[in-house]
Amino acid sequence: MSESDRGQMNDLAHKLRNGAISRREFLARSSALLAAGAAMTMPGMSYAQTAEPKAGGKMRLGLHNASQNDNLDPGTWSTSWTGASFNGGVYNNLVEILPDGSVAPDLAESWEQEDKAATWRFKLRKGVTFHNGKSLTPEDVRQSFLHHMKPDSTSGARAIVQQISSIDLDGSDAVVFKLADGNADLPYLMSDYHLSIFPAQEGGGIDIQSGKGTGAFLLDSFEPGIATRLKRNPNYHKNNKPYLDEVEFISIPDATARLNALLTGEVDFIQDLDIRNVPMVERSSDFTVQRVPSLRHFSFDMDTRVAPFDNPDVRLALKYALDRDDVIDKVFLGEGRKGNDNPVSSIMKYYHELPQRDYSIEKAKEHLAKAGLTNVSVDLHVADNAFAGAIDAAVLYQEHAAKAGITINVVREAADGYWENVWLKKSFAGVDWFGRAKVDWLFSTIYTSKAPWNAGWSNARFDELCEKARTEADDAKRTAYYAEAQQIIHDDGNLLTVAFVDWRNAVSNKLGYDKVGGLMPLDNMRMCERWWLKA
Amino acid sequence: MTTKSHPILSMAASRIGLGLLSLVIVSLIIFSAVSFLPGSYASAILGQNATQAAISAMEIKLGLNRPWFVRYLAWLGAAATGDMGLSFSGRPVMALIGPRLKNTLVLASITAAIAVPLSITLGIVCARYRGRFIDKFLSTSTLASISIPEFFVAYVVMMVLAVKLQLFPSMAGIRNGMGLGEQLYRMVLPILTLLLVILAHMVRNTRAAILSVMASPYVEMARLKGEPEKRVVIRQALPNAIGPIASVVALNLAYLISGVVVIEVVFVYPGVGQAMIDAVRNRDVPVIQACALIFAAAYIGFNLIADIISIVSNPRLLHPR
Repeated sequence: MSESDRGQMNDLAHKLRNGAISRREFLARSSALLAAGAAMTMPGMSYAQTAEPKAGGKMRLGLHNASQNDNLDPGTWSTSWTGASFNGGVYNNLVEILPDGSVAPDLAESWEQEDKAATWRFKLRKGVTFHNGKSLTPEDVRQSFLHHMKPDSTSGARAIVQQISSIDLDGSDAVVFKLADGNADLPYLMSDYHLSIFPAQEGGGIDIQSGKGTGAFLLDSFEPGIATRLKRNPNYHKNNKPYLDEVEFISIPDATARLNALLTGEVDFIQDLDIRNVPMVERSSDFTVQRVPSLRHFSFDMDTRVAPFDNPDVRLALKYALDRDDVIDKVFLGEGRKGNDNPVSSIMKYYHELPQRDYSIEKAKEHLAKAGLTNVSVDLHVADNAFAGAIDAAVLYQEHAAKAGITINVVREAADGYWENVWLKKSFAGVDWFGRAKVDWLFSTIYTSKAPWNAGWSNARFDELCEKARTEADDAKRTAYYAEAQQIIHDDGNLLTVAFVDWRNAVSNKLGYDKVGGLMPLDNMRMCERWWLKA
Repeated sequence: MTTKSHPILSMAASRIGLGLLSLVIVSLIIFSAVSFLPGSYASAILGQNATQAAISAMEIKLGLNRPWFVRYLAWLGAAATGDMGLSFSGRPVMALIGPRLKNTLVLASITAAIAVPLSITLGIVCARYRGRFIDKFLSTSTLASISIPEFFVAYVVMMVLAVKLQLFPSMAGIRNGMGLGEQLYRMVLPILTLLLVILAHMVRNTRAAILSVMASPYVEMARLKGEPEKRVVIRQALPNAIGPIASVVALNLAYLISGVVVIEVVFVYPGVGQAMIDAVRNRDVPVIQACALIFAAAYIGFNLIADIISIVSNPRLLHPR
């Protein structure tokens, strides 16, 4: 086995451990390597045991983002608490995103499109009932969407439903959505947790009071900002699911209190484990630190309408002047995947792998010279909450860049009001992006020139590629369009991705689960029905 | 004026009037302070779904496009009639705060029922045995516990009793469907922490108040008459020290209602302090206002009672010269 093969093997093993690739993928790729090379020693690997799911028991989750303002109106949901307990426990969408990122039928059994993805027909599953015994009808689906489409809607799904121009009932078991412009991603967008299907009310609207959904669990009790308890739905439409009898969501806002609750057995799972507490959990044989690759990324964004960011070479110089390894090592204590100036996460479909851009003083100087400069001075605005560790990362960046003749003035902003007063207002600032599950959704909310959150970058070719890809039904062509678009962002774009981070949870070894999805937190919000208790 | 009202009643009435005025001023300060904070309810709630259109739609819906003093006057008018209004999430403020206020009051009353008699007794013991071992021990330990921040006390208590010895649960979170026994069991650690925090203050002040009285000539006289020391402390000194003791007790009781935010967070106790933090984070002004009013009312109310007690116990204060 050659040195490079061994390197690749170690890399694969690392990816497997981090969950960046599946076991099947690991085996396939590693055996290919093996066939090419000679004998090798297996690097230390730890498999998550995937035993058969067991029925019964109660799972208790300690989450941090409950609010006393939480309620059952799906338009107001914005946290993993509401997403996982309501959408993932009590309700369903037309479709479901599987852990591998593919879209699967849920309340809709099948769907088809015509008119260049501008007309979509979703056929509903038969025999689905709400918790009060009422059968699911196309009218329930229509009203559930209209709820977000009211003219004065403040729904979090507003951007998605704006594309819909009409919703028609088609017979007793189908719904037809007509879009203003084609969108090949529509089935994926249907998985948005706001777009849960509620029972329709007589005379229009949906019933958001009773808490009766079609989901795997019945809403047993709901104390906003304190706790939510769910009980098993014996008539659920998915085979054998759910496995658990009961799930309790418990609000624990303080990170230390969350850790203590786990260690003292008050809860079986805690969300967002503080990086400083990782060794404490790893030392214990009762708990595991779970790292699920996500879409979330930390970046420094530039406004390219303003000098010196208007010069592509200055942007490149700034991109080369950041030592990402150093930042990940020192600020994130190794918890993070290196960014590559591409907002598309490696777990997304149409992700295009580009050569890694690394710290290079020479290349930074070279691009400065191309821009006709020997030095440049910029202000970088950050706050504690720009992203976790943003100030430290900016200070390290200042050191890195100084060696290439780039002066970075780190401007510390107040955390309170950062998103209103600094983000999109200052020309160079730290941003914590949660990402979007689909490339089109990501680009059209942030990077195309008409995107609502465009931070000041436009590229005609990029816009054109996004337009074309959106309605393209041929997957190969779509892949090519998106690959070129990502190349453009990587070379010309306005963002400097520092790192992609994982959903980092601490999990009791009593819990069982299969591969965990990372497009959204908490197993794509559906951990209630996917997880089980081993003992 | 021919009708002569009772001096204590008229004093109490004027104090209550002043108290209400203070409440209005507090609410004005809080309201204006919140409206000067950066950020708004709409952008806090919408998070990464916040487009300009969504924000303005929500602000119009909530009436946030009106100037802040117009909103304040509207709120004040409603509050004067006892209507705390709707939270921005659409639920009545009292429905939102009510259960949490009950939790806070339960925690505060249990703690107070233990702390007040205990601290006064300990204070008297210290004064009686001034300079002896028990006095030195209590003075040093209370000085230590008063100097340590409360969250640290909470974490130490939690680490020793919950994580290491596993005697008590680390979370005090009482939820629907828990029996009274389990609720009390879960409240042991926060009560213990609060005791450690407030005992010190009350013990030291009781001791100081009694000792300052003990220095007066009439106590010397009582001693010269040959009264036993214990009787001197309890019969002669204590009645004249009630005023200062009542005011320190009042301050601590008010703290139990309004100041236990940190303890609530550490022990995950769903009290009104957490409600206020949550509301500030979301800029949910009606809820912030209601919490502020409750806290201010607690301070003003307890101080009023302490004033009346000290005046009754010392009639000279009724006729200030």
